[in-house]
Amino acid sequence: MITIRRDVCGYCGACVSVCPRGALELIDAYLSVDETACKPKCKICHTVCPLGAILWSEE
Amino acid sequence: MNGSYDVLVVGGGPGGAVAARTAAEAGLSVLLVEKRPAIGVPVRCAEGIGKDHLLEFIEPDPKFISAEIDTAVFVGPDGENFTLKSRSAGELIGYTLNRKVFDRELIWKAAEAGAEIQTHARAAEPILEGDRICGAVIEQHGKRFTIRAKVVIAADGVESKFAKWAGIDTTIPLSEIETCAQYVVNDIDIDEKANRFSFSFEDAPGGYIWVFPKGNRCANIGVGILGTKSGEGCRARDYLDRFIEKNYPNGKITELIVGGISVCRPLAETAADGLLITGDAARLSDPLTGCGIYNAMFSGKLAAETAVSAVKNGDTSKKALMAYDKAWRESGMGKALVRNYAVKEAFLHLNDDKLNSIIHSMQNRKIEEISVRNLVIAILNENPQLAKEMPALLELMR
Repeated sequence: MITIRRDVCGYCGACVSVCPRGALELIDAYLSVDETACKPKCKICHTVCPLGAILWSEE
Repeated sequence: MNGSYDVLVVGGGPGGAVAARTAAEAGLSVLLVEKRPAIGVPVRCAEGIGKDHLLEFIEPDPKFISAEIDTAVFVGPDGENFTLKSRSAGELIGYTLNRKVFDRELIWKAAEAGAEIQTHARAAEPILEGDRICGAVIEQHGKRFTIRAKVVIAADGVESKFAKWAGIDTTIPLSEIETCAQYVVNDIDIDEKANRFSFSFEDAPGGYIWVFPKGNRCANIGVGILGTKSGEGCRARDYLDRFIEKNYPNGKITELIVGGISVCRPLAETAADGLLITGDAARLSDPLTGCGIYNAMFSGKLAAETAVSAVKNGDTSKKALMAYDKAWRESGMGKALVRNYAVKEAFLHLNDDKLNSIIHSMQNRKIEEISVRNLVIAILNENPQLAKEMPALLELMR
């Protein structure tokens, strides 16, 4: 699962654009995640983030 | 906000603003919605644009131009470089914009032409009748508005959510996105007329490092790396910090800017029933340079022109709107996208040794001999097998 570090996020949208399930969205200037759409094993957003604002863990 | 418009533009960047202005000037009723509280911020851009490209859309004005650039310097992994001046550098030189002011100026021009502008207004979902886009639900200040439109122009940037909701897959593969970080760095010694592009698979894997002067000893300094090269400890910002530490340790950093740039092919189709997709949302940023401002404005204008004819003819079906798709693909911009995608693919087959020998071979040439074609020849000389793998590259030689 992913955890968004709002204090690190730069609202660039790179993660939104690579998410294969459309689970992420920049609402206003805040990144939000639709946890029902997010696939726990996928960590593409964690990988692409230029700042390391998305934490990922197996659980 | 009224309940219905001829055209709804989703997104208030340069593409959306030019689309709204073009449609409003032709007499259509236009609503532009921007989800951010203000236009132009936060900036997600290195702010470079070619001189002719800017002139096509707006008179240059000192209030939104930070610097005028007449030279491009290409630096190899070993530090050797070659320089291009004026014409031969094409769109790699021109201006460094101040996007905070530039974007507002474009929005103002749209408003002046009669478009209604709403900020802090987010398209939350499309209104669909069957497969047809008929508008969007807009959320603003805690309220929801149902906005019907004959044509929706999705200019919602790299996130590209609107087209996705309408059933068009806009997902960028990890191997075809550049993830970027940039600082605005002050009080540094630079050539204020020269854009610098540094190539090195070690320092910027699958991308490049740029220094774009903004005047007064200040520059946008950034790194883009390929998505597949990014990860813990090797993110765009890590590479940027290393570059700054090594080259501008005394620079004063006043801003951090991040962004994602698609370097994939454009969407297979950029029109649907009642929908047109433009700029970064349509994956029209240049896959070689990463530049997107001009392509967004160019496609935004074309989309609006197509919307104007479609509304006037009473036919906003996909069949009618595909005229836009055809027009941009046949344009100089469309052809440059095909060409630069092929060159980008070739670039990714290189390594630092090969990059060094390409830069060295360019140093020995006269400036007027250096063109994309000659750069491709240099790449092919370094990689003879590429010619077989990439017919598109061979096509470039003709």
